[in-house]
Amino acid sequence: MGQKITIEPVTRVEGHGKVTIHLDNDGNVEQTRLHIVEFRGFERFVQGRPYWEMPVVVQRLCGICPVSHHLAAAKAVDVIVGAGTGNGLTPTGEKMRRLMHYGQIFQSHALHFFHLASPDLLFGIDAPPAKRNIINVALEHRDLAIQGVMMRKYGQEVIKATAGKKIHGTGAIPGGINKHLTEDEREYLLNGDEYMDIDKMISWSQEAVEFFKDYHKNNREVIDGFAEFPSSHLSLVRKDGALDLYHGVLRAVDSEGHKILHDVDYQDYDNYIEEEVRNWSYMKFPYLKEFGKNKGWYSVGPLARMNTADFIDTPLAQKEFEIFKNYNGGKPSNKSMHFHWARLIEILHSAEKIKELLSDKDLIEGELVIRGNKTFEGVGLIEAPRGTLFHHYKVDDNDMITMANLIVSTTNNNQPMNEAVNKVATKVMAGQREITEAMMNAVEVAIRAYDPCLSCATHALGQMPLEFEVFDFNNNCIDRKFKG
Amino acid sequence: MSQFVKFTIDGTECMAARGQYIVDAAKENGIYIPTLCNYPGVKPKGGCRICTVRVNGRLMTACTTPVAEGMTIESEVHDIVELRKSIVELLFVEGNHFCPGCEKSGNCELQALAYRFRIMVPRFPFQFPLRRIDASHPKIIKDQNRCILCKRCIRAIRDEEGRSVFAYRRRSSRVEVVVDPKLGKQLTDELAQKSMDVCPVGSILVKEKGFITPIGSRKYDHEAIGSDIEHIRMTKI
Repeated sequence: MGQKITIEPVTRVEGHGKVTIHLDNDGNVEQTRLHIVEFRGFERFVQGRPYWEMPVVVQRLCGICPVSHHLAAAKAVDVIVGAGTGNGLTPTGEKMRRLMHYGQIFQSHALHFFHLASPDLLFGIDAPPAKRNIINVALEHRDLAIQGVMMRKYGQEVIKATAGKKIHGTGAIPGGINKHLTEDEREYLLNGDEYMDIDKMISWSQEAVEFFKDYHKNNREVIDGFAEFPSSHLSLVRKDGALDLYHGVLRAVDSEGHKILHDVDYQDYDNYIEEEVRNWSYMKFPYLKEFGKNKGWYSVGPLARMNTADFIDTPLAQKEFEIFKNYNGGKPSNKSMHFHWARLIEILHSAEKIKELLSDKDLIEGELVIRGNKTFEGVGLIEAPRGTLFHHYKVDDNDMITMANLIVSTTNNNQPMNEAVNKVATKVMAGQREITEAMMNAVEVAIRAYDPCLSCATHALGQMPLEFEVFDFNNNCIDRKFKG
Repeated sequence: MSQFVKFTIDGTECMAARGQYIVDAAKENGIYIPTLCNYPGVKPKGGCRICTVRVNGRLMTACTTPVAEGMTIESEVHDIVELRKSIVELLFVEGNHFCPGCEKSGNCELQALAYRFRIMVPRFPFQFPLRRIDASHPKIIKDQNRCILCKRCIRAIRDEEGRSVFAYRRRSSRVEVVVDPKLGKQLTDELAQKSMDVCPVGSILVKEKGFITPIGSRKYDHEAIGSDIEHIRMTKI
């Protein structure tokens, strides 16, 4: 008789999710689903509010990467106030926002790698949960834990200096930014105290990349063979093909590296991307229209960005990018665990960018805001830590929002995460009727590689517990476990 | 008769000009009595009751009661502080005050009072009334969700002939402050900005200028409401 397995909740990710695994009569995996069971409704309740509130209101979707929402919304309302489509701001406006964004990428990636992912790598996927957590990382790998905490703190301080607060600031306003960086803030970030030192942050970022590469060398099977499946990849890239986390054109490549979305203007994103609603999840399934629902799905995030970009414009990260590319034979990497590798290259890139910006005079002086002819619709895209983030607003004659569409990074990764779960479950569940800790861990590790923020993706608060359920052929639940 | 009178506030001996309202006299003596509907240069109304004090054993509004010789005024005593606190809490639950998304946050007197009174959560149930935003005016937005009906705008914002640009509409629980359809058309940029500044909450907003004051530079980012007055007292001591 067939079975259905449910894994709930998934831990060490943001939000709440559930995995169900349907088994056939022979106990083989027939179908897997990652269900996102939270609902928030931001797209609806911002309607009727003034457009300039959007960067501040919508960032409340998330406490981990509010800056991404803040900036994506700001970029969308820039269009509405006639400040151009991402590149029309004053040098001060754009550079302050970029600094804020690199601070955000730096802290969020540090949080994910050191706090959420490193226990899996350091103690192994099969290690018991009591062992596999940040506390034990701190006890047994003290230096690494300190680096994780202090790198996150550094990123948060960058955000505070640019947005006014570490979480939910107000820096970006329609057409620019509301403050300069002060000389004191610049000095603090360049060379504040023992840990507030950008050179130390760059050096630690390099160490983190080296740590991963060493681990990879000794654990090829885990990093290369775990949840590998062909996928398309989508991200913003700079017009010349460079990795650009703040602004660019929209590019997608298939699993072999062929361009399937040719550097298009994201203001027209809805010509190329559509979202499918499925009745078992609050998270939508975006896909490239041209290739249809079944074949048009794609992944976003650090790995996708490494796969779409031609190069990185900071020297140390470029060197690591080349190693990454060479390892994958110049083709896109479709290995889920390479997300971690890509994330660490981006940490290094962000640190280099922060250093570059901190020596730029435009942060200290210059016009903050620019405005032009008003329009009634704007789209803002940004490469958030977890991937491409879309904000799209329409306003009426009285400046009030009439439509909001948010395609959050994790939403873009909905199908890839489902594919990853399927890949892992097929392997670990074969012939099994009961859920074991190791099985749940394996499925979780696959999901965690994407660093999903399920709260954002359903536009919900709280931790991300995961529920696992096994259903038989007649849809009877025969096993159920919770993690939280 | 002397120009000055002597009185006490919470046992502290004070002196002020005869006829001065208690709230102003207290201020001159470095004592802060919280207010909401009161606004400098505008005739006091005593509407919000936040400034309630006990004068010679009787509850009075400090913004409308002149000081007199020998008055014994109680202000920072438990029952009166609780009374003020409950008024602030009632104002929060009666409207829709979502500070995280409000551009007046950090400059809002209602929010600042809540912080001063250390209100973590109101003791009364939220009403979540269904209210509208009037964005039809070209220069300002009137967000009824946040209006506390203090009447400051009605009393302070007037045209050249002294007519109020804002007015009450409807009655009882349905009352709301609106822009006069005719006089509102004459609202200058300066008056629009003054309207926003006069409003103690985020109910009147100048269009398209949200969040231009960075966090750290807002009125109550570093000091609690009233601390400027209390500093006078500290300096005197």
